[in-house]
Amino acid sequence: MTQALTQPTPAHEDLAIEVKGMHKWYDEFHVLKDINLTVKRKERIIICGPSGCGKSTLIRCLNRLEVHQRGEIRIDGIELNDDLKHIEKIRRDIGMVFQQFNLFPHLTVMENCCLAPIWVLKEPRREAEETAMRYLERVKIPDQADKYPGQLSGGQQQRVAIARSLCMNPNIMLFDEPTSALDPEMIKEVLDVMVDLANEGMTMLCVTHEMGFAKTVADRVIFMDSGEIIEENNPESFFSNPQSDRTKLFLSQIL
Amino acid sequence: MLVHTPHPNLPPPSTSVGVIGWARKNLFSTPFNSALTLCALYIVVRFLPPVINWAFLDANWAGSTRDACTDGGACWVFVKVRLTQFMFGFYPADQYWRVILAFGLLGVLIAWLLLEKTPKKSWVAAFTILIYPIIAFILFYGGLGLPVVETNRWGGLMLTLILATIGMFFALPFGIILAMGRRSTMPIPRALSVVFIELWRGVPLITVLFMSSVMLPLFMPEDLRIDKLVRALIGISLFQSAYMAEVIRGGLQALPKGQSEAADALGLSYWQAMFLIILPQALKTVIPGIVNTFIELFKDTTLVLIIGLMDLLSIVQSAFSDPKWLGFSVEGYVFAGLVYWIFCFSMSRYSQHLEKKLHTGHKR
Repeated sequence: MTQALTQPTPAHEDLAIEVKGMHKWYDEFHVLKDINLTVKRKERIIICGPSGCGKSTLIRCLNRLEVHQRGEIRIDGIELNDDLKHIEKIRRDIGMVFQQFNLFPHLTVMENCCLAPIWVLKEPRREAEETAMRYLERVKIPDQADKYPGQLSGGQQQRVAIARSLCMNPNIMLFDEPTSALDPEMIKEVLDVMVDLANEGMTMLCVTHEMGFAKTVADRVIFMDSGEIIEENNPESFFSNPQSDRTKLFLSQIL
Repeated sequence: MLVHTPHPNLPPPSTSVGVIGWARKNLFSTPFNSALTLCALYIVVRFLPPVINWAFLDANWAGSTRDACTDGGACWVFVKVRLTQFMFGFYPADQYWRVILAFGLLGVLIAWLLLEKTPKKSWVAAFTILIYPIIAFILFYGGLGLPVVETNRWGGLMLTLILATIGMFFALPFGIILAMGRRSTMPIPRALSVVFIELWRGVPLITVLFMSSVMLPLFMPEDLRIDKLVRALIGISLFQSAYMAEVIRGGLQALPKGQSEAADALGLSYWQAMFLIILPQALKTVIPGIVNTFIELFKDTTLVLIIGLMDLLSIVQSAFSDPKWLGFSVEGYVFAGLVYWIFCFSMSRYSQHLEKKLHTGHKR
């Protein structure tokens, strides 16, 4: 996996995500500074760092929930810019799971899962429901399909959110602190689903503090602080032999 | 192995349930509440019987002239004799069936849409929005062989209901568009919405009505004459849509940002996100506010009296000056108040039912 870092420029088709010299400001505040990142297909990347370091902002820039002001982002070769067609294509290609789940509370679990396939991909309802049921089975909650999100536990809700994203059949999945809002007892059930997903070869970018998860599935760990990528390495080297002092301090505090 | 068995659930203490529990909790929870309960009880005992005596026991129901009213109670004969006028204004009596048919049809359509488990709701909704207004116009005004009844002969409850229904019909969609405009990131729609809302909210309805009936014709070309009722309707609709917009904006703002982000991340377009995710939730949150605006609109229609339209209240008032029926204004006002109350209370009850029906979270 370290080859990814040393290889000069990998062939275009192999790249899922390509970020070059990307900057972002919130008004005066320089939140992302000169971000360079390439993610190959099927690569699993964990992004960690202290709160406010810009890690969530980084992955939110990848599907245009946040707008970057300078630099270039390419997803599957498509450049992310003001062109609505590009944004539309990229958003179909990327699934996202949020810290607060963001399920639609006025729709049942099944309707949550079918909504985008029906309206965006124009799938027939029956087909969309079959797909949804398959994914709900995969996240182990097919029996909750007719309930509303408000009737489920946090862990169940987050698994529905993962199934909802998978229903769009994305090539890339972004996870924005998927377990941070969960009770300790429920973290494992969500991580299990994510490990399954990783083992099946999904390209994943995950912002998380679950270092155990990082060790199990990650191909690469990225450490960020104050808007910059400080260090990136494979998990073994990252945890056993961190290079920068900032990383050492961070690891000593959370492990 | 140590197995934890939970304690069995015990019944609650007998003083906290049943009639005694209820009374303790709701009527006599503190000394102050006990005093208030006793005061309220005194007021009910002291004032309710006279009201019941006046309105029912001593009231006069039979007869057709004021001589029938001899018992000292309310003289409902006055209302009975005048009832058709209170309902239809000066609409020709042989054409009443048209009004009854139009409202009856509307009632059936609305019941169809509001009741659960009626089939083909979307077709009925389309019919109500697109075709029914044409049918209603022909029935009320005339055409297709029906004799024309000019709007100055419309009046009473019929006029009140027409004003209120059309006002609501336009105020809600306009309000939604204005609220979306005001929340938009595009500068021109936002500026237009803000100016519109602030302009209409800044003037009293009575001024709007007065302007529409007195000032507007002065500025308009001689040959372009818009009916007074239509002008009042436009005024009421635009005025109430500004209020509606602010109510709905409250609902849009109360929605967590994550909802629109999730919709974006799934690839839904702005309009899809708006109609499938944002508006259903925002409108549900502000049902009390929307119904409040509807009720206000319903009662504000009484202000059309200022421009000489004979709605229910003004036609009741004009009946007081009939020399044959002098001195029965209390009965008239009580009757008009009761009619307004029935309509407003029904709207309020329906909104409560709707809130319960649309509730999808944990029941508390």
